[in-house]
Amino acid sequence: MRAQIDSGRCQGHGRCYDLAPDLFGDDDEGYGTVLGDGVVPEGKEPDARLAASNCPERAIDLLEEG
Amino acid sequence: MTERSEGIKRHGPVVTPSDEGGLMTDRFAKNYAELRDDQPLGTRNEIVTGPVEDWATDFSHLEPEWAADPYPIQDDLRQRCPIAHTDRFGGGWLPTRYEDVAAIAYDTERFSSRSVIMSNFRPPRELAPVGGTPPISSDPPFHQHARRLLLPAFTKTAVGRLEPATRAFCHSLIDGFAGQDVVDAARDYAQHIPMRVIGDMLGFPPEDGPRFREFVENTLEGVNLPPEERIARMEQLFDYLLEQIRDHVANPREDLTTYLIEAEFGGEKLQPSHVAGTMALLLIAGIDTTWSAIGASLWHLAKTPADRERLVADPGLLPTAMEEFLRAYAPVTMARLVKEDMHWAGVDMKAEDWVLLSFPAANRDPAQFDRADEVVIDRQVNRHAAFGLGIHRCVGSHLARMELRVALEIWLERIPAFSLDDPSAVTWAAGQVRGPRTLPLRVG
Repeated sequence: MRAQIDSGRCQGHGRCYDLAPDLFGDDDEGYGTVLGDGVVPEGKEPDARLAASNCPERAIDLLEEG
Repeated sequence: MTERSEGIKRHGPVVTPSDEGGLMTDRFAKNYAELRDDQPLGTRNEIVTGPVEDWATDFSHLEPEWAADPYPIQDDLRQRCPIAHTDRFGGGWLPTRYEDVAAIAYDTERFSSRSVIMSNFRPPRELAPVGGTPPISSDPPFHQHARRLLLPAFTKTAVGRLEPATRAFCHSLIDGFAGQDVVDAARDYAQHIPMRVIGDMLGFPPEDGPRFREFVENTLEGVNLPPEERIARMEQLFDYLLEQIRDHVANPREDLTTYLIEAEFGGEKLQPSHVAGTMALLLIAGIDTTWSAIGASLWHLAKTPADRERLVADPGLLPTAMEEFLRAYAPVTMARLVKEDMHWAGVDMKAEDWVLLSFPAANRDPAQFDRADEVVIDRQVNRHAAFGLGIHRCVGSHLARMELRVALEIWLERIPAFSLDDPSAVTWAAGQVRGPRTLPLRVG
């Protein structure tokens, strides 16, 4: 699974980095960022889904791979 | 009656000096009445108050029935008239479906933020795209510049630095309850926390707290007062801010006021009305919103022992519960002005009509939330809109969340058992920011 943030939609609510700080961070203005290459480590999929399902702007896409 | 004709002149015109220091000082030499004189006129309508006949055709968020309990009204409207109308305030609309509230929040092309408080006065169109209190009152493209000035000071990391002092302050407030069996959690706890935090961020004297409360009530609850009264009250706020600005020009400090005085974009310093307007926004929006959220959460816990006991036993649930309190008791409703006549979602909106953008109503839409009318403190999926949606997402949301978490955590740790002393004594603020203003809790 790979996580992506649509920067056109993200408004910096910060739900992703509150709920899944291992997967998401913030920039200097508080907008969400994907940590590393965005690949969700095995076992962290529920955290990624929790973050995505709580984003008020629906800015997080989770791409199932392989 | 015009806005500016009511202002009182105090000084003559300001002479622009050539030296830099003098320029800094004189940028803020005008008082509020004089700054208003520089602006074109706005428009007023007749003030209509009194009982609402039918909420679908005559709504008013300023009537006591709404303040006491707006949710049944909103739920009823969502079913039978999802975009309600009123002739009060010179005409306005009230969408209650999440879908419509979101669509309007995202549509900055057709809905302006020139004024975000639905009142009986519409500021002049020329005030766009800046508005009186940037960036909340600003439209694109200016909005982004004004907002970016503020964002770095309000990131989760930046506000995290204020947490230790906030914790210590919450403890000191509870220390002050010693010996009392009943305390007013709104007046003696909730209101002081955001007042102290934002006052410190702006670099205002801590003893000015009581004046902030007055400013908040004047701005948000005085909407239906006669215009001359409203202007006089606005003048008190802005002249206070200008006084603080001048003090900071003379004695620069590490705070938001000095930061805004020195901030630039496009190679120029900000207009004095921009500096003062942004400070007014931070002060007002920084206080009553969080005060309301803390108070509403404590009110819920005081009347719902099962939720209170569960949170006391499992403090790790607080971040999740807090989001649910924000959903169910979202304190903030915003407003927009319709830019041009148009047919929108089945209604005929006219240019300059208000739209009351009820995030509280959106947050209780069953089409968006399961068990929308219940408070479910372990709700896992909670895409609520308490801090708005789109480009105007509350700039202080991370600060508000820090304050709310700390305030509730410390209260529950220090006062795990509490209840409503007299449910009928609880009072709620009327208007666009709703929360308990009197909240007597039995703590002993």
